Amino acid sequence: MMRTLTLMAVGLLLALPLTIQASDLLPKVPLPAGKDKCVEPTDVMRREHMHFILHQRDETMHKGIRTTKHSLKECINCHNAPREDGKVAHIESKDHFCNSCHSYAAVTIDCFQCHADKPENTNYRHSLVENTLPHHPEMSGSALTKDTLNVLATKGDAK
Amino acid sequence: MKQLPTDPSRRNFLGKTAAAGLLIAPGVLLHQVAQARPADEAASSKVRWGMLVDTNTCSKGCDACVTACQTENGWGGEHSNEVKSSPEQQSQWIRKVTLRDKQNGHEQSLPLMCQHCETPPCVDVCPTGASMKRADGIVLVDKHICIGCRYCMMACPYKARSFVHEELHDQKPYAPRGKGTVESCTMCVHRVDKDGTPACVEACNKAGHQAMWFGDLNNPNSDISKRLKEYGGNQIRADLGLNTGVRYQGL
Repeated sequence: MMRTLTLMAVGLLLALPLTIQASDLLPKVPLPAGKDKCVEPTDVMRREHMHFILHQRDETMHKGIRTTKHSLKECINCHNAPREDGKVAHIESKDHFCNSCHSYAAVTIDCFQCHADKPENTNYRHSLVENTLPHHPEMSGSALTKDTLNVLATKGDAK
Repeated sequence: MKQLPTDPSRRNFLGKTAAAGLLIAPGVLLHQVAQARPADEAASSKVRWGMLVDTNTCSKGCDACVTACQTENGWGGEHSNEVKSSPEQQSQWIRKVTLRDKQNGHEQSLPLMCQHCETPPCVDVCPTGASMKRADGIVLVDKHICIGCRYCMMACPYKARSFVHEELHDQKPYAPRGKGTVESCTMCVHRVDKDGTPACVEACNKAGHQAMWFGDLNNPNSDISKRLKEYGGNQIRADLGLNTGVRYQGL
């Protein structure tokens, strides 16, 4: 009996250096380039995001209110942006922003049976340019940056 | 008897209402409607979106409106799982219909889609409230609460609704659609909310047919209302008294 216990203790000690750090197990939530926080604080988002998007869903569907702050489409646009190699993670992949957490927490979601799991407009990186609507390039007022406009204004070329 | 003090707010209210009535002259109201609705403002019943189809100019062989709708909303297509469904079960948000007069052989071509009724039978029969009409007259399916019972498909006299039988992937972000729910023409509500025009109307104009108009039926100065006033427009199955939002000329 004693011998078995000792063997087990030795075994555990040997295994220790092989254990993974806890932080490696936690899902990594990517933030869009040029942004350091989400629309709400992280702890609020963690607890309440489902309520935000549920509320927004009814507002959009029934009243046609299309603000972007709590919209699922905007979550995807920001958090599941294409990587450097131009590829976008699909919902099945653990790299996908939603799936990274949901597989960790073992909570199944069915949003993406209907909703797109990736942004449609892959030029969304233009969101770094000021004064534009990044996800609706066809609606953007000006593709020029503030600085360029200022330069043009001083030259008298801009309206 | 004690005299009750007069509540001045009622008089003020009456006065204000009278003033407001004067202010809402046609020109002022139209100015408000003509501007794009801000993203945080709900759709209003002041507007009623509608479409007008001129069957005289609608070209027989042309299906630009159907193709545009497919591209815009992502239904149909050879690469989708939808091909696994039998042809009569596949989604059809808008279809081209040819009418032939048996007596003289005269043929007419027209696009047929959800007619966006004022009193939609699909909304009447829906057991969950998924089938609904927006304040601005656009009839939609809230797929979040649709249970896929398909009563609405049976109730619709225009055969305008479809049921998705297969799992779908790569949907359009602004046109979510999935297995087990009913769908139909949304009058491109995502475009309309951004002050745009439905894809079919745009495609028809692009193809040079000018057979489709889109606009506010409540606004007497909109192109569609002016045209309807001048030439009139028929409803399909007008006998049902549904007051459709889609009207046809030359039918």
